[in-house]
Amino acid sequence: MFHLELDQIEASYGTLKVLDGITLAVSPGEVVGLIGPSGSGKSTILRVLTGLLPPAKGTVQLDGERIDFGSAKAVRKLRERIAIVFQQYNLFQNMSVLDNVMIAPVKIRGRNKREVRAEAEALLAKVGLSDKLKQYPDQLSGGQQQRVAIARALCLKPQILLLDEITAALDPELVAEVLDTIRLLAAEGMTMLIVSHEMGFIREVSGRVAFLADGKIVELGEPAAILDTPKEARTHDFVSKILRH
Amino acid sequence: MDRILSELPEFFSYYNVIFLLKAAGTTIALSAIGCIFGGLIGAGIAVARLTTGWVSLPLRILAIAYTEVFRRVPFLVTLMLVFFAFQFSGFRVSTFTVGCVTVLLIASAFLAEIVRAGLQSVHANQWDAASAMNFGLMRTIRYVILPQAWKVILPPAFGFFILFIKDTALASYINVAELTYAGKVLNNKGFAAGLTFGTILLIYFAISYPLARLGAHLERRLVPSRTRSD
Repeated sequence: MFHLELDQIEASYGTLKVLDGITLAVSPGEVVGLIGPSGSGKSTILRVLTGLLPPAKGTVQLDGERIDFGSAKAVRKLRERIAIVFQQYNLFQNMSVLDNVMIAPVKIRGRNKREVRAEAEALLAKVGLSDKLKQYPDQLSGGQQQRVAIARALCLKPQILLLDEITAALDPELVAEVLDTIRLLAAEGMTMLIVSHEMGFIREVSGRVAFLADGKIVELGEPAAILDTPKEARTHDFVSKILRH
Repeated sequence: MDRILSELPEFFSYYNVIFLLKAAGTTIALSAIGCIFGGLIGAGIAVARLTTGWVSLPLRILAIAYTEVFRRVPFLVTLMLVFFAFQFSGFRVSTFTVGCVTVLLIASAFLAEIVRAGLQSVHANQWDAASAMNFGLMRTIRYVILPQAWKVILPPAFGFFILFIKDTALASYINVAELTYAGKVLNNKGFAAGLTFGTILLIYFAISYPLARLGAHLERRLVPSRTRSD
């Protein structure tokens, strides 16, 4: 059984259709890279999977269970299993690094504060931020903020982690520190959907890569097949442009 | 000046002082009801405007209609409308109650807009992050949005409170015995206008100045000022 299955997902922002029949199945522990031009719907898939944008058509199944996006309870359950890291980090500006990581497990999930604190400190140590616990987001660099965002997502103990262009807002020298963290997670067997323009990174960590255009998956396959020998002309155009830069 | 000085002992007679203090109490009560309960109702209306989906659409329309109407109608007109609405409906209520209902209507509409603007000033990505972590509307506002919105809400809210204390003077039109009404009464009794309204001015100042200080204090406490340390 697949861990996550999207079947003919369609989604729109107002009258603009952004996803037009996305079908994708992800196995447990698999890392799928989502690539494609801006506006192709990559990030929208992640928004659908976190219930931020309910799909207009199609189904999402998690471990064989169909998600009813019209039911608040079902969406809450979905969000207990899937966590997302946003491109702009989206850290809570009014909270310290430690509070950002602890707030949801403690206040929303009602877990023991001391236990969560120990986990949060361990996760922040794992992403190399042990010395920043009391700092606020605006006192951190972009790379540090993004690593806090990753720790915050992990503290929710998700079964699936969604990463939305997490290096796009970072200076090149900060990209490596974030990607190291993701490599570590991939090695630990975390199921992940990664939207990224870092082709080298996508090739390295992904088990499969999906190329999207105009809200559709144009091509799906192993990284080498998609990035080196794409079958579709659109994939070829995109990949050759990206790799040239 | 000589007249004012000669009137001073009589003006500050025991009964006049009690009369002025009671009037000040009424002004404070009207203002407090407007600011505190108006603030709470206004916050509720602001949150209602932030709801999404079809189910809460009537609530949103109602909230928008309420704020748009009562922010546009002058205080005096609202006061008269409430006054005659109570008369028409046959409810026998005191003019103070009419004043209270009016201040609630006006203050809640204005404060709803101030709170809404504050809540919406917080970047959409904060709402997204909270939603994705299952915060729900109320907990998102409590833990994430409101702490960041204070800096936008507090200055205009306290500016409004101070304006509003002065607006409660209009309740004197329906004979609510608040400060301005007390001033008119004492002036009609023959006390010099300068003395009477000068005293009223000082009392208004004594009421509104601590409020302004409270606003500044809350701003300092609730809006952390941090600078980058690296």
